[in-house]
Amino acid sequence: MDNNYALTESTYYIMLALYRPAHGYGIMQQVEEMSSGRVRLAPGTLYGALTSLTTKGWIQQLPMDPGSRKKEYKLTDKGLDILLKEIERLRELVRNGDNVIARALEGGEEK
Amino acid sequence: MRETMKVWKVFLVWNYDKEEAWLNEMAAQGWTLTAVGFCNYTFVKTEPGEYNIRMEMRPHDDGYLEFLRESGVEYVGRILQWHYYRKPAELGAFELYSDIDSRIAHLDRIGKMLFWIGMANLIIGVANSIGPSRLGWINILCATLLMYALGRIQGRKDELKKERQLFE
Repeated sequence: MDNNYALTESTYYIMLALYRPAHGYGIMQQVEEMSSGRVRLAPGTLYGALTSLTTKGWIQQLPMDPGSRKKEYKLTDKGLDILLKEIERLRELVRNGDNVIARALEGGEEK
Repeated sequence: MRETMKVWKVFLVWNYDKEEAWLNEMAAQGWTLTAVGFCNYTFVKTEPGEYNIRMEMRPHDDGYLEFLRESGVEYVGRILQWHYYRKPAELGAFELYSDIDSRIAHLDRIGKMLFWIGMANLIIGVANSIGPSRLGWINILCATLLMYALGRIQGRKDELKKERQLFE
């Protein structure tokens, strides 16, 4: 079941940001930067996503540094596998989109 | 000591966005929420528009409040599970949710709470109506109101779910 659904945009970007360990606010900043300011994760959404991704075992919480109160997370092997499959799926979407549009343009089809 | 003001006001639970809009209007006028109580709000004098206000229903979780603090969100207080927050406007826009799924999940939490309080009132009301007490109707009235509220929340959830079929 894990592999048959598309990830939401938030989930995708959160997992991408966790390719390297990051804490909550760091994830928000990274995602905003990667998407040139288009995707702004709100804290309630992010917190909920981190909780469910941890439960699913796609990411894990790293041991906390003494003195630090910020929780850090990182992608698990299972999470990485799912992320790579998702990137492949997204490639297919873009490839098909490009193909259909390119063919239409070549044929002089009007839309 | 900065000037404060206490205001008594009643909002209905399914109109929580009106409550939030009112709190933001107050903040825009330079009265920022600093404490909450049952049907009363305490404001402190600030610069107009210095803060934005948000509220949400969720079980109390210190880890979450700490998480919010990282992005500059200040916790003002809560009434039962309704939490009130503010964020300095200079730190940017203040949203708690950024996708449809988490908005649906929030309405779900509100709906569940209304359902269980409504059920409890219904059971107490029915039990009291059968027994010697004559006050059972009060609970049944409460239950009716709560079920109405639940219906309103459900309606908002359905709208979002329709959106969700096409968008995130």
